Amino acid sequence: MSPRKQNSAGRTAYVNARLLDPASRLDAKGGLVTDGESIADFGPRLAAAKAAPKGAQVVDCRGKCLAPGLVDMRIEIGDLSAAVRAAVSGGVTSMVCLPNTQPVIDDMSVVEFVARRARKQGLAKVYPYGAVTKGLKGQELAELGMLAEAGAVAFTDGILAVADAQVMRRALSYASTFGLMIVQHPEEPSLAANGAMNAGETATRLGLVGIPTEAEAIMVERDLRLAALTGGRLHVAHLSTAAAIEAVRRAKARGLDVSCDTAPPYFALNENAVGDYRTFAKLSPPLRAEDDRKAVIEGLIDGTIDAIASDHTPRDEESKRLPFAQAAPGGIGLNTLLAVSLELYHNGHLGLLDVLRLVTSAPAGLLGLRAGRLEKGAPADLVLFDPEAAWKVDADKLIGKAKNSPFDGRPVQGRVLMTVVDGRPVYRPQA
Amino acid sequence: MTQGGMDNVHFPHRHLLGIEGLSPEEISILLDRSESYVEQNRRADKTTRILHGRTVINLFFEESTRTRTSFELAAKRLGGDLINMSVATSSIKKGETLIDTAMTLNAMHPDVLVVRHPDSGAVQLLSEKVNCAVINGGDGSHEHPTQALLDALTIRRRLGRLNGLLVAICGDILHSRVARSNIHLLNTMGARVRLIAPKTLLPFEIERMGVEVFHDMAAGIKDCDIVMMLRLQQERMAGNFLPTIREYFHFFGLDYAKLANAKPHALIMHPGPMNRGVEIDTEVADDVGRSVIREQVEMGVAVRMAVLELLTDNLDRGRAAAPRAAAAKIKRNKKKARR
Repeated sequence: MSPRKQNSAGRTAYVNARLLDPASRLDAKGGLVTDGESIADFGPRLAAAKAAPKGAQVVDCRGKCLAPGLVDMRIEIGDLSAAVRAAVSGGVTSMVCLPNTQPVIDDMSVVEFVARRARKQGLAKVYPYGAVTKGLKGQELAELGMLAEAGAVAFTDGILAVADAQVMRRALSYASTFGLMIVQHPEEPSLAANGAMNAGETATRLGLVGIPTEAEAIMVERDLRLAALTGGRLHVAHLSTAAAIEAVRRAKARGLDVSCDTAPPYFALNENAVGDYRTFAKLSPPLRAEDDRKAVIEGLIDGTIDAIASDHTPRDEESKRLPFAQAAPGGIGLNTLLAVSLELYHNGHLGLLDVLRLVTSAPAGLLGLRAGRLEKGAPADLVLFDPEAAWKVDADKLIGKAKNSPFDGRPVQGRVLMTVVDGRPVYRPQA
Repeated sequence: MTQGGMDNVHFPHRHLLGIEGLSPEEISILLDRSESYVEQNRRADKTTRILHGRTVINLFFEESTRTRTSFELAAKRLGGDLINMSVATSSIKKGETLIDTAMTLNAMHPDVLVVRHPDSGAVQLLSEKVNCAVINGGDGSHEHPTQALLDALTIRRRLGRLNGLLVAICGDILHSRVARSNIHLLNTMGARVRLIAPKTLLPFEIERMGVEVFHDMAAGIKDCDIVMMLRLQQERMAGNFLPTIREYFHFFGLDYAKLANAKPHALIMHPGPMNRGVEIDTEVADDVGRSVIREQVEMGVAVRMAVLELLTDNLDRGRAAAPRAAAAKIKRNKKKARR
């Protein structure tokens, strides 16, 4: 079905579903009724087709999982129409885009522009992060208060770290004036300069400049102290190292109001994926050692890591078909966010509801978005998926524009059968 | 505010370096004495001979027009000799040269030094090296006692009291000596102080100075009797304390919408010079019914006359003059003043 086809009028009853709502720990056979753009009702008593309200269009879910649409708290938008199509193909109905756009999201007009353009697409909802510093230059604070009023949900310099400690201190302090969150890319730039991959044996063997795990740990340790100093609200993005996760774990134990996320590559892959200079495996932060990967899983299990974000970073072929050191870092992730995250469930690390929580209600809660949970009256943003269905990631066939998936060729389990945004089915797989 | 018994009034400090540490009685002595000068300053003949023969030096290590002029007028209206010394700080090494300057001036036997300095604590350091009385005309981000006194006098004349009032001080608290002196004075006199500022402009553990802190103007101003705005130095933008003037004014600039949360007849104050459209809306600043900003300037001269008088009285006490003799002198001077 064409994603742009309008089908908002009237009611739709999703019957014979396995209802999953991580926020309320609901996992039961049931049904859900949408009315226009909102969830009208849901629950076990609506499981049967005959329970559907009169005149409602009935969708038989055939026992598959019906859950809140995914909330992806970290994407680079690239081509907007490609991004929102990629999102709904992965079951993502809300996503938060980094301010590394052209122009940079450091001005109110750009915040409004991004939101308006995304709404026009009528697919996944796009919420913007505002820049912490003007032009992402790391020097002068952007107008955080007014950007927030215009709709920026939190603040980050995106793929760049706020490197200067005094600027970060002031940013945390100033943001907390308005109760706003600062999201940091945790990498000390001077230690990561010219680095192409994780520092270690593989980098040595390949003759590549390594980025030590300390680059992440030092920045996280520093920012945790600055958060404690200022009372500011800190969120650390895409953690990849055991040391940094341990630092956050200790800070949380001390009672600091801090949160963090990771991305699928950091619990599903390690530095070996770089293999023979595979540039699709060049990410930022870099893929780490196996012990770090295990520590990420441990952090997800014990709750140190609050959320999973795709870290979707579209790159064109020209920027990837280069010598490894020159290739641009980053991988796409919207299409595979659910399937790769479900590996945590299939491998027995987390329950199904726990995995879903990390990509729905948890990130929505961190950013204060009205999304990621089944709730009467809430926008009917849903995903219908089969957690068992097996498929193989083929980068060339992924919906969207960029093909730079670090998971190309990977067999995965978990397939999106339908994505619903504001009560409208906006995605169904072709085959 | 009583006029009676003034002759026995004695301000028991050699210098006025700050408000911190002064008792309510001592502050009242200064305010009561200031009160009488308000009337004198409104007469055609404003001059007395209370400071006759006295030498006052305005020693300013930092740019100032208002405070310097105010002290100059105060000294001249009391019949004293005043000279202005402006010292460019950029060319001198601080500390050593400050003391050298103090020693040099001391050799000229001034009676009062009014000192302004960009470094906190510099005025106290200087006061330890001279024989005369020293008045702090503002030191760094530490204290500006005559400003707090003139603010208090303005409030007291308008509302009849300080005790029990709710006062909001808004803006760049971090760098403000005016805020610190006012916090000390208002707390000492039984007023309640609220501070309203973005967190980047609030100093560490300011709550320990006995104030309530707000980051939202509407909430902070609510039910206040006085809204005291502070000047925002433009260079704070470069220091990363704030993003832009536009954003600052949007959230922390005083306009009628925010002022509506205060008591209906709440007074608006500003130590000057104002940045219109930065910390205060022009219409609000010029609202004759609410703004007492010009009155503050008037009170400034009266307060400085009182301080000069009371400190020079003590110089005589220091030179073995019996208290009785000093009191007699005050009586004499007052008679002259009434002429």
